[in-house]
Amino acid sequence: MFRLVPMVFEKVPAIMRSNFFLTVVWFVAAVPVLLTGCGPSTSSSSNSQDSPTIKIGEFASLTGSEATFGQSSHQGTQLAVDAINAAGGVLGKPVELITEDDQSQAGQPAVAVRKLIASDSVVAVLGEVASSRSLEAAPICQEFKVPMVSPASTNPRVTQVGDYIFRVCFIDPFQGTVMADFALNTLHLKSVAVLSDVRSDYSLGLARFFKERFVSAGGKIVADENYSGGDKDFSAQLTSIKAANPDGVFVPGYYTEVGLIALQARQLGLSVPMFGGDGWESSSLVPIGGQALEGDYFSTHFSPDDSSPVVQSFVKAYTQRYGQVPDAMAALGYDSAFLLADAIKRAGGTGGAKLRNALAATTNFPGVTGSITMDSHRDASKPAVILTISGGHFKYVKTIAP
Amino acid sequence: MIEFFQQLTNGLALGSILALVALGYTMVYGILRFINFAHGDLFMLGAFAGYYVAPWLARALPLPSVSGALVVLAVSMLFCAIIGLLIERFAYRPLRNQPRLTMLITAIGVSLFLENGGQWLLGAAPKRFPLLLPAWGQWKIAGLTMNSNQCVVILVTTLMLLALRFIVLNTRMGRAMRAVACNPDAAALMGVDTNRVIAFTFALGSALAAAAGVLFAINYPSIDPLMGILPGLKAFVAAVLGGIGNLPGAALGGLIIGITETMVAGYISSTYKDAIAFAVLIIILLVRPSGLLGKRENDKV
Repeated sequence: MFRLVPMVFEKVPAIMRSNFFLTVVWFVAAVPVLLTGCGPSTSSSSNSQDSPTIKIGEFASLTGSEATFGQSSHQGTQLAVDAINAAGGVLGKPVELITEDDQSQAGQPAVAVRKLIASDSVVAVLGEVASSRSLEAAPICQEFKVPMVSPASTNPRVTQVGDYIFRVCFIDPFQGTVMADFALNTLHLKSVAVLSDVRSDYSLGLARFFKERFVSAGGKIVADENYSGGDKDFSAQLTSIKAANPDGVFVPGYYTEVGLIALQARQLGLSVPMFGGDGWESSSLVPIGGQALEGDYFSTHFSPDDSSPVVQSFVKAYTQRYGQVPDAMAALGYDSAFLLADAIKRAGGTGGAKLRNALAATTNFPGVTGSITMDSHRDASKPAVILTISGGHFKYVKTIAP
Repeated sequence: MIEFFQQLTNGLALGSILALVALGYTMVYGILRFINFAHGDLFMLGAFAGYYVAPWLARALPLPSVSGALVVLAVSMLFCAIIGLLIERFAYRPLRNQPRLTMLITAIGVSLFLENGGQWLLGAAPKRFPLLLPAWGQWKIAGLTMNSNQCVVILVTTLMLLALRFIVLNTRMGRAMRAVACNPDAAALMGVDTNRVIAFTFALGSALAAAAGVLFAINYPSIDPLMGILPGLKAFVAAVLGGIGNLPGAALGGLIIGITETMVAGYISSTYKDAIAFAVLIIILLVRPSGLLGKRENDKV
């Protein structure tokens, strides 16, 4: 029917073959790399000492596939910074939050953090929620000795990058253990299938720690399937899982896929309960998964139902300002900013090493996500909260202490 | 055995959606020798048009219903046809006589523009696509589960394929399209208004993308401004696999990709499903460089 011309580029234009063209391309590509690579070596802390504000950098996924993570953590962080400034700032100076969007894309966190350190001379960096993206930024912060505090990256490797990297959340070995014990002892599941995202350090790590604990505690993993973040069709994996006949399915993924996974599982007649980690926590989860998610469980950092006055005043301020109830990412963003401000106060300055030592010395900091103490690995040791989905809302089930 | 047939059904449902996206790709290429990389993003715009039209329409027509679904489909096809016309008029037409590479790069630019503009305008968080078709439910035949939406996709893909063949082979516009495909200058000399024909081709291709977008969203009801990237890429591969420029080839290519991916994920390794599916593609193209149904042809000189 249609005629076919085999190639789009019938002829390579002559200029592309010349050395001159290649040279130009090389320069265009190389110059920005050289600039960003060398820029920060003109020590950033000296500029910041005499700057009229204390500049804090933040990188977050404000757009892209995991946008609600970045939006929530950013709103929490912004709320905290404004509260700090309303109370007179830190060390007599107002705090200035400089936010960069990494678009939920690999490669962007490195660009964002280099920009924050090199051209904004920030004293510390806050971010990210997704472990893959924190892992990308951490080596850069470590290299320039700018402390980085991740609000919600739970993969253990994040803080292993170096002694300038901290987090205010618990880590996946704990979260995996919590969910394995919950599945075995509370839900009484004997055999479980696991469906994880091969593109995500968070998902693979959490799946591994869950499996280790579940098997060593006497459970059985009957199917171990994978998908790639961004997939929309999971019917092949779910059909294999259904054939293995598990009592439950552990899905340590992000909300973007979890909703569709639940829908397709129910469509294929797989009706056993599903459960996962804090990657489920998003206001976008239930609108997509709907009915299919009823009775499923996930572990997270925070519940707005917590009656303690610190939490309730945070929930009130957040709801007033943004018209929505804060989720765990918002609460962690809030805690990360307050914890950093507290460390700057205790350090009495913003120099990299002094600030690092103050962060490392954090003990019993009263956060909205619980009391935060930095352990020797610069991870926060904190309880986990288990929520269930009932009537389209997240409901508090129980708190599990480490 | 039941599991195998279930996987086959899954693959067929996935493949027919890819086939539908691939039809638009291959038609534009067949006529214009131009890969419209923004096709996947028109697919996304189609789904969003459906998302915004449906609640508005629900006041006049009952939703979910067949008639309602058809109206939503028609409105988003029309919307994307207009967007397609605008893109052609302002992005591609001024470059018509430039080297092909220029247009190709522009297409990538248009694609990025739609993706990022979409995130800015529509918001980046995934949205729940409304229920358009009544759930006639799932059929369980001998342990096999299939739902009505999957059948609708297969049916619509077949109808679109037949309708496209009819337009291209049996109408006056179709003859003009084939004439432009054969030789634009000669066609213009024979009195064919090439601008009109090319604009029509884009409008038709964009409408097809919109139809695929709405059907995709019915099956996978989570839509976001970046949803077009992966299906767009896979559909492009499907079109090349079937022989780009060839309509039944695109449909066949879509089915092969869908079924291979499902089978690999179900039986070999869900970790490497994309890698293995694409390795199969490379092997097929090594044996048949112009695709399964594509004809070998010498360069125009």
